[in-house]
Amino acid sequence: MAMNAPAPRTLRFHMFAAPSRFYALSGKLIPWFWVATALFTIAGLYIGFFVAPTDHQQGDSYRIIFIHVPAAWMSMLIYLVMAFWAAWGWMLNARMASMYARALAPTGAMFTFVALWTGALWGKPTWGTWWVWDARLTSEFILLLLYIGYIALTEAIDDVRRAANAGALLALVGAVNIPIIYFSVRWWNTLHQGATISATAAPKMVHTMLTSMLLMTFAFWAYSFAVVFTRARAIVLEQEAETDWVREMLRRPQGK
Amino acid sequence: MTGALLSVARRDLLLARRRRVEALLPLGFFIIAAGLFPIGVGPEPQTLRVIAPGVVWVCALLAAMLSVTQMFASDHQDGSLEQMLLAPQSLITVVLGKVVAHWLSSGVPLVLMAPVIGVLFDMRAGSIGTLVITLLLGTPILSLMGSVGAALTLGLRSGAALVFLLVLPLTIPALIFGTGAVGAVDSGLSAQAHLSLLGALLIATLLGAPLATAAALRISMD
Repeated sequence: MAMNAPAPRTLRFHMFAAPSRFYALSGKLIPWFWVATALFTIAGLYIGFFVAPTDHQQGDSYRIIFIHVPAAWMSMLIYLVMAFWAAWGWMLNARMASMYARALAPTGAMFTFVALWTGALWGKPTWGTWWVWDARLTSEFILLLLYIGYIALTEAIDDVRRAANAGALLALVGAVNIPIIYFSVRWWNTLHQGATISATAAPKMVHTMLTSMLLMTFAFWAYSFAVVFTRARAIVLEQEAETDWVREMLRRPQGK
Repeated sequence: MTGALLSVARRDLLLARRRRVEALLPLGFFIIAAGLFPIGVGPEPQTLRVIAPGVVWVCALLAAMLSVTQMFASDHQDGSLEQMLLAPQSLITVVLGKVVAHWLSSGVPLVLMAPVIGVLFDMRAGSIGTLVITLLLGTPILSLMGSVGAALTLGLRSGAALVFLLVLPLTIPALIFGTGAVGAVDSGLSAQAHLSLLGALLIATLLGAPLATAAALRISMD
């Protein structure tokens, strides 16, 4: 791979495969993602808190779903995206893809944790308990364990390439197992009819609620891009510390 | 292929026999861990009977993870693992041989010890029989899944602790079907559905895990 990649003449799919180019472009994009995050969050939360009507059964406590549901969506999506980039990096030996995967993991784990935490906050007033071993809750909890396992493995290996490839294999094994785990947990849950609560009975949603939820999802997307790009930039600098372009950049006074 | 598989398995079993105490340590852990539960939970036979399958299964999971790091560790240290990677036989065969040896030396003792634990927990004869069958189907899954974790963490300082974190979430389906089968028998139902699923899980793991382990060994030895 070129140490100091020249600006490409035509737009190509592999444009961001060179860490130096990714670094330059993501630096320009990150502020915009933050702006998008702020705008979508303000709009989503405004509609969620002030426009959407109060639920006649759950009162105002239901409003946490505007954070809870998008976080849960993101937690699952990011795992798949992470496994995809990790596998891509492993198969094609593309370093940038492996760096994306590593940069995605903490954000995915964070969203999983947020989904679990807000779920507990919602469960207390609605179900009267912080936690039930419901199929969804249990699966989400296991997803958090998978994220932690991935992060722990990649952090434990010092060699960059081995860490990336071992993480890729683990993420793939996890992705293959997720459906098996989910269905076994669901089966286990229906057999143990201890809890009478069902998290699956979704009542009809008012349009404004859906709008708010979608806006919050966009906000989380923008946030993920901003944070993951920032983290990927740090990983790029760390792994490319020996290359000319990083040294040259650091020598400049602005460090830009 | 069978010849290579058997010779790898025989070699590992011979090595395990030479270090008999070390090979039996997971079994000791299994007995102690399961034995602590009645002391912690209380000696009421009613409670013990309910938690018995879960306790036996969870202790088996932990005992398997405890021993699985040894599957490649000593071969990695003395360099013979590198020779196995270079050998003309496929790496999957070698992995399968090692898994077979691990199962025979640490899985089978757990299966044989399970009825004794079951008696200590006041389980009924029918439930004990089902428990043994589920462990017979389930412990190979643990050895296979464990081999992936052991290969991924090969030579790492924190490898032993990492294996628990990496592999245990993936063994949850086996735990669910294993304990579910005993639970079904306890409540007067047929355990066949659970056992079929556990068998399906074993077949799927048998097909997938050796490939993953071989790939992980190549990554770790790169």
